[in-house]
Amino acid sequence: MSENVDTTLAPRMTRPPSSRLSRLFESRQLGWVALGIAVSAPFVIATPYALNVMTTAAIFVLLASGLNIVVGYCGLLDLGYIAFMAVGAYTSGIIAKAFDLPLIFTIPAVLVMTVLAGLIIGAPTLRLRSDYLAIVTLGFGEITRITANNLTVTGGPSGIFGIPGLLKIGDFDLQSPAVFYYVTVIIVAGFVLAAARLGRSRLGRAWRFVREDEDAAEAMGIHTYRVKLLAYIFGAIWGGFGGLLFAAHLSAVSPQSFIFLQSALVLMAVVLGGMGNMRGVVIGALVISLLPELLRDLAAYRYLAFGLLLIVVMVFRPQGFWPSLGYEPERRKPDIPDPAGATEASR
Amino acid sequence: MSQLIWDGLFVGSFYALIALGYSMVYGIIKLLNFAHGDIYMLGAFVGFAALTSLGGIPASLSIGALLVVMLVSMLLTGTAGVLIERLAYRPLRGAPRLAVLITAVGVSFSLEYGVSAIAGPNPRAFPIRLEGNVFSLLGARISLPQIILMLIAAVLMILLNFYVQKTSTGRAMRSIALDRNASLLMGINVNSVITRTFFIGSALAGAAGVMAGAYYGKIDFLMGFIIGLKAFTAAVIGGIGNIKGAMLGGLVLGFVEAFGAEWFGGQWRDVFAFAVLILFLTLRPTGILGERVTERV
Repeated sequence: MSENVDTTLAPRMTRPPSSRLSRLFESRQLGWVALGIAVSAPFVIATPYALNVMTTAAIFVLLASGLNIVVGYCGLLDLGYIAFMAVGAYTSGIIAKAFDLPLIFTIPAVLVMTVLAGLIIGAPTLRLRSDYLAIVTLGFGEITRITANNLTVTGGPSGIFGIPGLLKIGDFDLQSPAVFYYVTVIIVAGFVLAAARLGRSRLGRAWRFVREDEDAAEAMGIHTYRVKLLAYIFGAIWGGFGGLLFAAHLSAVSPQSFIFLQSALVLMAVVLGGMGNMRGVVIGALVISLLPELLRDLAAYRYLAFGLLLIVVMVFRPQGFWPSLGYEPERRKPDIPDPAGATEASR
Repeated sequence: MSQLIWDGLFVGSFYALIALGYSMVYGIIKLLNFAHGDIYMLGAFVGFAALTSLGGIPASLSIGALLVVMLVSMLLTGTAGVLIERLAYRPLRGAPRLAVLITAVGVSFSLEYGVSAIAGPNPRAFPIRLEGNVFSLLGARISLPQIILMLIAAVLMILLNFYVQKTSTGRAMRSIALDRNASLLMGINVNSVITRTFFIGSALAGAAGVMAGAYYGKIDFLMGFIIGLKAFTAAVIGGIGNIKGAMLGGLVLGFVEAFGAEWFGGQWRDVFAFAVLILFLTLRPTGILGERVTERV
């Protein structure tokens, strides 16, 4: 087993892809192809159930692309990501209901609240070591859920319902299932594109550098704390908009939607797809959200299977099924001794 | 007041028992064993299965039966801990922290939903329910089972402390925690010591699981999640990697929770505990007893 350690961490794709298949997968038109598939899907199957499933899947893609900024680009493990979605969903739901506004006008408030949430969670914790960070975000996720469960403004355990739709002008209602699906797809596509572009920006390079070696990044003049905080805030905004779409889609929000299981599922989408590669993450999110619909009979075992898959992927292919090009493994910390040597000597 | 102190002491001794496993594993291989709370849950379910297969137990024998079942459960959860280490964590030793953490989340998930698939997702009633006379001491209502469970916890912790401080394996554990490479050069079989650490930590969590099942009377497959988080909090409060610190941290967290629930209302109990965790991690990440460690680059 121990021989695996060296090989699994080695970069698998250091040279440009040569086969026709990989060229196809790396092609720039792939995003358009995916958008085309998403747009044409309702022409193939448009039952209310299918539209519901597809809209949910699209929202899940948005969440996964947001978590990918935090975990994939910047290497910060966030186990309470669903809290940002909760903040977005509750903010938009409460404001829209209180002032009887269409949900679309709550966007500024959602933006402000999620940025605030990102700052509140990120500012005190981002100086921590990575494993502490993971558990603190988990604690924050639980705090958010329990708070929503206990406050009266959030409707307590039953949550808020009867949230107004996105927008309604005369007879044209964005809330009808097919229209809402297209609106969701357009918004999600915009966010996924933005996340991918962010990953290639100067900031995105800084994030990757921090992920690979934080100390070296600091030495090179990157303000690592600020860069990490930015990753957190961007992740929070993506999650908040996921929450807004979620509230619009279901017209109801309740604390049960924001349990740890949901955070873990988003994380699985990011990890299985390939941390840092937006295309892989989108596919991972689609698989995670659509697979249970296809395998209804195996419902009892699907989370078990997800958990085992997570272990297997980390042990045998830690870069995910479709990692980003030029993936470089994190440098080993010198305080962890060479595992191969350790096993050999003790045998 | 004295009631709150007693409640804190009682809950705290549970936290301490689970925090020990967290802290020992972290101290030795710097691994945050996310699945530790689920081992506790596994222990409760093993106890449940063992007691159910035994059939009806007369009330007079329930303490004895509980002790036997607890030992069985400790053996099995200990073995489960060793297996988890061997299959999931050992191949990743030396891998980036992120990969190891994600694996730990996967292990936790597999345990939770594995038990749920086997035993069903609904809560189960524990076959033995410890009940005893309640008497009052200095104004606190104390029941006999509480005293018995606290005694068991105390005995386990004293045994563990003896093991770590006086035996050669314990010395090996402490030396690996200090410097693994040097321990290797001194002829310590590092892997076997790590295996033992996992066994002991998981066995303690399993014992706590059986005790919790017998005391609260209800078990379910997600019961380990929150308590795992709290045990981690306890370990951090005391200073992670420090065995006495884990015990102290468990008691402190028990007090904090008891008083917090009294002042702010019971529904905020968990929020209070996690707020303490965040406060400690930001202000004093080394905990009460921990020493300041500078991270080497």
